[in-house]
Amino acid sequence: MADEAAPTKSKEYIRPMPANWWLKKRTYFLFMVRELTCVFVGGYALYLLVLIAQAGNETAFATLVSHPLCVLLQLVALPMVLYHSITWFNLTPKVMVVWRGEERVSPVLIAGSNYVAWLIASAVVAWFVLG
Amino acid sequence: MAKSNEPIWWSLFSAGGVVAAFLIPITLLLTGFAVPFGWITAEGLRELVVNNLLVKLYLFVIISLPLFHWAHRFRYVAVDLGVKGVGGLLAVLCYGAAIVGTVTAAVFLAQL
Repeated sequence: MADEAAPTKSKEYIRPMPANWWLKKRTYFLFMVRELTCVFVGGYALYLLVLIAQAGNETAFATLVSHPLCVLLQLVALPMVLYHSITWFNLTPKVMVVWRGEERVSPVLIAGSNYVAWLIASAVVAWFVLG
Repeated sequence: MAKSNEPIWWSLFSAGGVVAAFLIPITLLLTGFAVPFGWITAEGLRELVVNNLLVKLYLFVIISLPLFHWAHRFRYVAVDLGVKGVGGLLAVLCYGAAIVGTVTAAVFLAQL
């Protein structure tokens, strides 16, 4: 057997990790929620793909955009995509450390400017479509 | 040092994260609720998609990059959730799906 043939080779210890480790602490749980927002981000991109596939057909498109199931799915996805936005903006000052001379630009200012830009971008898109 | 593709996937993940964070909530509100609530007619929304080149470009970006965002994050979260031993296959499937989605989006939009 392999173990007997190489007696000096020690066995690698793999620390067991239960699949529910992320339920054990609030911070782990929030991390997992943040990571799982990607499913809703990807899912919404997939929905947009369906939407453009139907855009050539007037009736099919109208049925799709007012279908209760589509509205419901997007209602469920909304808090998750918002959580993605919020966690993403709040992480920006940690990833991007900006110095002005000797002084570090306040993380609150960097995150805050993200939120302002978010509001402006959303308003522009809404105005473009509805205005 | 071994060559790695990681910087490419990470860049796409990051770009997708930015696009998703800034643009998905408002776009979802518009595609999900604007027609049922009567802010715009279904035909009005459809005409924007079909006739406006800027809207097409916007849709391409907001489909493609968030798919790469999903692919990169999902492949790692699957491991965190206990998926073992299929890392290579999972990566191929995730990034592959994002690539297929990108090409499909381009084809659909070009045909409109």
